[in-house]
Amino acid sequence: MSAVQIPKSPKVILGASIIGFFLLLMIVGPYLAPYDPSATNFAPNLTPSASHWLGTTSLGQDILSQLLTGARATMVVALVAGLVATFLAIGVGVAAGYLGGRADDGLSLLSNVFLAIPGLPLLIVIDSYLPVAERSNAFVIGLIISLTGWAWGARVLRAQTMSLRNRDFVEASRIIGESRTRIMVAEIAPNLLPVLASSLLFTILYAIGAYVTLAYVGLTSTSVWNWGTMLYWAQANNAPLSNEWYWFVPPGICIALVGTGLALVNFGIDEFINPRLREGGLSARQRRRIGMPRRPRLGFTPVRRVPGAMTRLSASEPR
Amino acid sequence: MRMLLRRLSLYLVTAWVAITANFILPRLMPGNPVETLIGQLQGRVTPQQVRAIQLAFGMGLKQNLVQQYFGYLGQLMHGNLGVSITLSAPVSSILRSAVPWTVGLIGVSTILSFLVGTLAGTMLGWTRGSRFDSLIPLTTFFQAVPYFFLGTVVLLIFGSNLHWFPVLGAYSSNLNPGWSWAFVFSLIRYGELPVITIVLSSVAGWMLGMRNMMITMVAEDFVLMAVAKGLPRRKVIMHAARNAVLPSVANLSLAIGLVVSGALLVELVFNYPGVGNLLLQAVLNEDYPLIQGIFLVITMTVLAANLLADVMYFILDPRTRTEAAI
Repeated sequence: MSAVQIPKSPKVILGASIIGFFLLLMIVGPYLAPYDPSATNFAPNLTPSASHWLGTTSLGQDILSQLLTGARATMVVALVAGLVATFLAIGVGVAAGYLGGRADDGLSLLSNVFLAIPGLPLLIVIDSYLPVAERSNAFVIGLIISLTGWAWGARVLRAQTMSLRNRDFVEASRIIGESRTRIMVAEIAPNLLPVLASSLLFTILYAIGAYVTLAYVGLTSTSVWNWGTMLYWAQANNAPLSNEWYWFVPPGICIALVGTGLALVNFGIDEFINPRLREGGLSARQRRRIGMPRRPRLGFTPVRRVPGAMTRLSASEPR
Repeated sequence: MRMLLRRLSLYLVTAWVAITANFILPRLMPGNPVETLIGQLQGRVTPQQVRAIQLAFGMGLKQNLVQQYFGYLGQLMHGNLGVSITLSAPVSSILRSAVPWTVGLIGVSTILSFLVGTLAGTMLGWTRGSRFDSLIPLTTFFQAVPYFFLGTVVLLIFGSNLHWFPVLGAYSSNLNPGWSWAFVFSLIRYGELPVITIVLSSVAGWMLGMRNMMITMVAEDFVLMAVAKGLPRRKVIMHAARNAVLPSVANLSLAIGLVVSGALLVELVFNYPGVGNLLLQAVLNEDYPLIQGIFLVITMTVLAANLLADVMYFILDPRTRTEAAI
C-alpha cells in the first residue's frame, strides 16, 4: 500500500494544510504571542487596533495573545485524547474482530455500552468529581476524554477486522504457521490503516469538541488558556450580547477550522476506502478536459476514459 | 425479534453500568469531599443539606459497600434520587419539570435534522458532480463548530441584532403555561432558534451519510433495471433512496447520544429551562445529588430513544426479521 493512492483532491490538500498550520501553531503559538495572555495591564474593552489586533478583554488582557497561547493546550489535549482513544480502539476492536467467539461478545458488549452512554454528560460527571488541581492538567483531561471517545473506533475496526479475517492471504499465513500475534500485527493491521486513520481523525475531532465544551462550562481550570476558556470568559462577561465579536468569534472560528480540516482529510480517506465515491482523483477542470461527463452515467463507477477508447470499444461490440 | 431482544439486553446492561458508575464515582473521590463541600458552603448549610451531601458520597452510613449498593438500588427503584443540595428539593421532582422541555426540543430537532439531511443527501447523491456539491464543505464547517458557539452566533445575529426571533427562555414570560393557542404559538416562536441551531449543527452527518450511500446505490443493478423499465425519474430516485436510507436509520440510535451531548449546551445559550441548563447549574454549584440524578435521567432517556430507533429499523428492514445477524 503506497501513500500515492490517497486521492490528491483539492479537498484533501486544503484539509491537510489547515491541520498542518494548527499543528505548527501548537508548537510556536505561545512564543508568537505578543503579550502575556493573563496580564491585565491594558485598557479594558479595546476594539481591534494595530497594537491589539483582536482588542482586549474586559479585564484588559490581549485577546490575540490568548488565542495564540491557547492553541497549544487545545491541540495537545485533542492529540493526547485522540491517540489514547485510538490505541484503546485498536486493542478492543482488532482483538474482538480477530478472536471472535466469547472474547468478541465481551469486548463488543463493552464498546456498545460505551457507545450507548451519552458521552458529554458522562464526561461532565467524571470531571466534576476531579480535584480542582487535576482539572488544569491537560494529560488528565485528555485521558478522561479518551475514555469516553474510543468506542466508535473500536466498532469500526472490529467490523473491518472481521471482514479481513477470512480473506485468502490471512488464511494462507495461518496455514504456514504464523502466530496469532504476528497475523494481527503484520497481516491485518496494515490493511486497517485507512479505517484507523479515519477513526483517529474522528476521535481528535470529538476530543477538541469535548475539551472546549468542558472549558466553556467552566469545568477545566480557568487559568489555563485554551479556546474553550476564552469562550467561557467571553460568555461570563456578556461579550456576545455587547457585540464584542472580536472576543468570542476568533476562538470559535479556530475550533471550526481545525474541525473542517480534519473532516476534509477524512473525505479523502472515505474516497480511498470506497472507490465509487472517487472521481478518478481528477479536479473538475481536468475532468472536463478529458471529456468525462459532469454527471457519471447511471450504473457505472466513474472511470477515466482515454479519447478514442470509446470508439474502439463500441466498434468491437457485437451488434 | 432476536435482534430487538439483543439490543434490549444491551440497553439493560448499559443502564446497569450507568447506575453503578453513579454509585462508585463519588466513592472514589480522594480526601474528604463532604468536609470540603461543607466548607465551601461556609455555614450556609442546614442539617438536611449535610445529610444530603453525606448520602451523595456514601459517608456517615454504618453500612459496608455492598449494603450501601443494594440500599442505593432500592432507593432508585422507588424513584428516589436524593435531595438537591442547593435547591433543597427532591431531585426527582426538579427533574420532572425539566425533562419535557429537553425531550421536546431535542426530539423535534433530531427528527427535523434527519428528514432534511436525508432529503438533501438523496438529491446530492443523485446529482453528484453538480454545483450543489459545494454544499458539502459548508455544512461540514457548520458541523465542526461546537453547538454552543453556533448557538451564540445565531443568537447574536438573529435574536439580539435583527430581532427576527424571540430569545432567552422557552415561552413569553407574560404567558402562563397551558394549552392555549397563545402559549403554543409562543412556544414555537421561542423554540425556533434553538431548533435551527441544533439542525444546522447535526444535519451534515445525515446528509453526507445519505449522499455516500446514494452514490453506492445508484451503481447497483436494480437501479439500472428501474431506469431500463422506463420508470419516471422520481420513482427511480425513491427506489434507490429507500435502500440507501437503511444505514442512516441503523445509525440513528448511535447518533442520538451525540446530538443530546451537543444540544444540552444549546439550552445553556438560549436559557432554555431543560435538563442541560439544570446540569450546568448543578455543576457550577457542586450539587452532586442533582448531577447524579440528571446523568441517570439523561442516560435512561437516551437508551429509550435508542430502543425506539432500533424498533424503527426493525420495521423498515425486513432482513433483520429473518437473519440472526446484527
